[in-house]
Amino acid sequence: MTATLTAPGALRADDGRLVLEVAGVVDEVPGTRTLVLRRPGGGLLPAHPPGSHVVLDCGDRRNAYSLTGDGSPCEEYRVSVLLCPDGEGGSAFVHRLAVGDIVSASRPRSAFAPVSTARHHLLVAGGIGITPMLSHARAAVRWRRSFELLYRHRPGAGAHLDELRGLCGDRLTAYTSTPEMLAAVRAALADRPLGTHVYVCGPTPLIGFVEETAAELGWPGERVHAERFSADLDAGEPFTAVLARSGSRVPVPSGTSLLTALEQAGVAVPNLCRQGVCGECRVPVRSGRPLHRDLYLSETERAAGDAVMCCVSRSVDDELELDL
Amino acid sequence: MTTALSARVARFPFPFATDSYRYLTNVEPARTPVTTAAGGWGAGVLDVDDDYAVELAERAAVLAADPTRCQELPHMRVASWDALTTLLPELAAACPGETSLERDGDRWTWRNDLLGTARTFTVGDDDSLPEGPLAFLGSQIQDDVVLLDQREGALWADAGLVTFAADWSMGFDVGMRFLEVHGPVPRVHEAGVVQRAERFLMRLQPGEEYRRTNWTMTVDRRLDTSTETYAEWGRDRRLVVGDPALPDRLHLRVEVQHLIRLGVSNAICFLVRTHLLSLRELATVPEWRQRFGAVLAELPDDMADYKGLTRFRAAAVDWLTAG
Repeated sequence: MTATLTAPGALRADDGRLVLEVAGVVDEVPGTRTLVLRRPGGGLLPAHPPGSHVVLDCGDRRNAYSLTGDGSPCEEYRVSVLLCPDGEGGSAFVHRLAVGDIVSASRPRSAFAPVSTARHHLLVAGGIGITPMLSHARAAVRWRRSFELLYRHRPGAGAHLDELRGLCGDRLTAYTSTPEMLAAVRAALADRPLGTHVYVCGPTPLIGFVEETAAELGWPGERVHAERFSADLDAGEPFTAVLARSGSRVPVPSGTSLLTALEQAGVAVPNLCRQGVCGECRVPVRSGRPLHRDLYLSETERAAGDAVMCCVSRSVDDELELDL
Repeated sequence: MTTALSARVARFPFPFATDSYRYLTNVEPARTPVTTAAGGWGAGVLDVDDDYAVELAERAAVLAADPTRCQELPHMRVASWDALTTLLPELAAACPGETSLERDGDRWTWRNDLLGTARTFTVGDDDSLPEGPLAFLGSQIQDDVVLLDQREGALWADAGLVTFAADWSMGFDVGMRFLEVHGPVPRVHEAGVVQRAERFLMRLQPGEEYRRTNWTMTVDRRLDTSTETYAEWGRDRRLVVGDPALPDRLHLRVEVQHLIRLGVSNAICFLVRTHLLSLRELATVPEWRQRFGAVLAELPDDMADYKGLTRFRAAAVDWLTAG
């Protein structure tokens, strides 16, 4: 092929945020609210792969929420949001929205898409982690992909359970008991055909169980896909960011993100979601080992160690030298 | 003839902004209009011009003679539907009088008076479009199409319909990694250009669209210069040198390449639209004649060789700079 492509680092398409109107509010189960979002004048919204999210403006912060549709171009997006009373206010903001309210959202962003060559898709969801899996299941039905869904929910609080039953039939198994769910996950990981990919979204212990069990049973890492709830990050060890171009040193204390520390030092870094999902705040690394905690970089990019998503990721070494 | 000729010149995507050419960072957002010395181009993704019906007839003939020009690994069917359903609305918008698209859910009815096409199909239902969505798409747009799947931290050229390749072969490249496809290109590997390009593409978000241009030269208005037919066109590069018709036979070949992240399938759609302009047509714009002469004269030997210009380069420079 004569086509040789060169890639600019700084070049970026217009942000082009979507202005959306709340066209419907559905309380799925106690504590979980579904928003139906449309363009105020109607019209098609951008298509997206299953497992995509939008970054929604929630008052003074921005949160990433999974889109639950199959991704084909259509006139509405749906997100389902669990109210977290102890959270930082994003979910409470969503739960205060009413029909007719206008919200601002990013275009869809994909970080959890199905792998097209998979022979079978094993979907594992815990709690509100069902939302990207609903999207996966819908797309799998539409495009006739082989799949099954294991879903653990609290008794009486299974968001989307009825529509999932209708959509998936006997490809859905729902559990209210964690030990039963984990046993079923282990059994599935033990005997699904070679070429199966597993996708998990839910609480950290569930993701850990899937990753560890899969590794133990000999699954290659590329066949295991996880989407974490973004809030589940610890405060991290302190380290120092060394800015190679200016020579200045920026201390990053435990509990403060690298992004925040850079901003407080007067270094502007483009950013959007501040949760390691959107990819905007990538900064180049010259030396030192990054401690990757984002959901954005691929395994290969992580291994290269030459960039870090500064909103959530930190440093393994005491110093991290950035090309800033 | 004069009118058709000047229309071709007016919308030609002349690619040189300076008197020398290297593999530069020339990716830019799609749909950015460009003004040239003769007119302009680039307001849309698809560019339907006076050669539309002729080029699509040529594609059909090439495909009939060699069906391997259309390749699709089985897991790419969703991406093929995605490309079709992304680009037909684009074509309908580009030619509102001559084409129309009616959508009733997944039931789509497409009419194209430029070709006399009228089809009804159901999105996702392979039986409703027996030739397949990729082949149907290729019968409606002048662009060659390559679909890249993204997995395992890489891009894979797993489907494509390519009849107008500039000395490469979709049949040879299908299933290859992006890095492997670019193996033969000089100068880009030392610089890590291909790896950077792959990373850039892998980060494109749903619906993002970029474009770039590439160029080479071709003898006669021959769109099919694929590796498969080298025996038919290769020697013309030598024979054209002594031919008094050289300025009419030698063409600047410019590819406008679009890179689109398809929303539904997450595949990258790589479109290559080929424009040919003879040296004589090009010379109707004195600025272009001067500039292309300078670019050709300055081009390093390895790049000229890779582009297949070595045989006739001096003769082309002589003619361009004599004017």
